[in-house]
Amino acid sequence: MKFLGEKGVRRVLAGIAFSAISALLLIALFIIKEGLPFIISYGPIKFLLSSDWQPQAGKFGIWPMIVASVWVTLGAMLVGAPLGVACAVFLTEFVPRRVMGVIKPTIELLAGIPSVVYGFMGVMVLAPLIRSQLGGPGLSVLAGAVILGVMILPTIISISIDSIQSVPNSYREGSLALGATHWQTTYMVTVPAAKSGIIAAIILGMGRAIGETMAVIMVAGNAVKIPISALDSVRTLTANIALEMGYATGQHRQALFATGVVLLVIIMILNSLAGMSIRKKAGKR
Amino acid sequence: MNNKIEIKKLNLHYGKFQALKAVDLPVGENSITALIGPSGCGKSTLLRCINRMNDLIAGVRIDGRVLLDGRNIYRHGLNVPELRKRVGMVFQRPNPFPLSVYDNVAYGLKVAGISDKDRISQTVEGSLKGAWLWDNLKDRLDKPALDLPLDQQQRLCIARLLAVEPEVILMDEPCSALDPIATMKVEELMLELRKKYTIAIVTHNMQQAARVSEYSGYMLLGDMVEFDLTANIFTNPKDSRTQDYITGRYG
Ligand SMILES: Nc1ncnc2c1ncn2[C@@H]1O[C@H](COP(=O)(O)OP(=O)(O)OP(=O)(O)O)[C@@H](O)[C@H]1O
Ligand SMILES: [Mg+2]
Repeated sequence: MKFLGEKGVRRVLAGIAFSAISALLLIALFIIKEGLPFIISYGPIKFLLSSDWQPQAGKFGIWPMIVASVWVTLGAMLVGAPLGVACAVFLTEFVPRRVMGVIKPTIELLAGIPSVVYGFMGVMVLAPLIRSQLGGPGLSVLAGAVILGVMILPTIISISIDSIQSVPNSYREGSLALGATHWQTTYMVTVPAAKSGIIAAIILGMGRAIGETMAVIMVAGNAVKIPISALDSVRTLTANIALEMGYATGQHRQALFATGVVLLVIIMILNSLAGMSIRKKAGKR
Repeated sequence: MNNKIEIKKLNLHYGKFQALKAVDLPVGENSITALIGPSGCGKSTLLRCINRMNDLIAGVRIDGRVLLDGRNIYRHGLNVPELRKRVGMVFQRPNPFPLSVYDNVAYGLKVAGISDKDRISQTVEGSLKGAWLWDNLKDRLDKPALDLPLDQQQRLCIARLLAVEPEVILMDEPCSALDPIATMKVEELMLELRKKYTIAIVTHNMQQAARVSEYSGYMLLGDMVEFDLTANIFTNPKDSRTQDYITGRYG
């Protein structure tokens, strides 16, 4: 790198960063450009809140998919958030640092397992289990929620661990020196002090759950209808785009882009919430 | 005078490194005992043995005895949280919790399982008064403790400690983060607290030791070189190493 000099390196890096960011921006812009006009011409209310999705008949109501995404995601949070946070608390506060040094990279490795593998497990193990134990088709809201809940565990665990570890040790010492037990210190001081980071972890996990596509297609059943129970088969927003984009043309194609816009907005809102939560903590210290 | 604490032949190893070598130290009841000595000589280590804070560090080995009211606190089966309620500690850097002023002081009571609101608010008031903070803070009890100036934070840590009604207060360089005026205020507070509590303080500031303490121990490389009335240590030390340190010829 010597031949480039400090300034040169900085320019090259700036160029790379800029092109990466502009690529992302372009993608977002493209989706909005393709989708937004459709939402306006079709009518946002009708598009979002009507339950009729019949592309051949020119009917594009995504309400069932919105409901499906919400239920599957909330279910995933119900599974993933308590498990993930509990796991992070246990690993940081009750496991020796040395052991942590092995476990944390392992967990981060789990984040790299392709979602199709989770989906495969869901199809082969979970769905049959649900079908035989609880009834229904097996491929369902419940199956989607459990698989997604497990998939987002690494995200929630590793970000929560980071935020718990960044709690200054002086807080723990202060609490212990007042006669608090280790456990009291953990839930009365350490975890509250890491709260904003933990909330950010949960929100980011939620973003992942909403955006996940492959695993959900495989385990949620993909029926376009508003679910009545957790055992019903559903199709999420992401699944809908992925399943139909291959053959969609004209208005149908625009409607799928418009679905993408809705997803984009949801994820953006979630990410800024997570960011706000993290910044709030930074401001407080 | 009664000895509230007696440390006898205390050895402490951090792994292979011996940080305390057969240290003896008496701490008289309702008095202030100062530990002085150059950096790294083991003052903090010794202080942290008295409330067993060193238990938290991996690889620490301790032998010898620390008697509190005549009973060894390193005996088998001793309840360490209970011990720490009796022997409180103020740290070098003020370390209030990221909670409100009120919740900081109430913390020890909550830990002890006390939920009676009236009793808690009485204790909070009494403790803040005891640390001379009540007049400053009585209208700002719900303010974040971390927004306070450093010296008030440090006195808040003292108030937080008073709330659990300890018998002994250990202070590890409690003024090193404070300016001279705030330091003076904390020193005055210590002299007031001495009437009710037994205090052991680590300090780098020899004037401070001379001003507040009755007894002083001079430590060097893990040894207790000399222990005596503060007046004797500063005017008429018996050990030449103490003399070197007092007169500033150390190192
Ligand atoms: N956690 C630890 N692990 C290993 N060695 C330690 C640890 N804490 C302290 N020591 C060593 O023990 C010795 C005594 O440390 P200690 O902190 O008690 O000194 P001190 O007298 O309080 O010094 P200072 O005035 O700088 O605070 C030092 O040599 C230090 O390096
Ligand atoms: Mg020290």
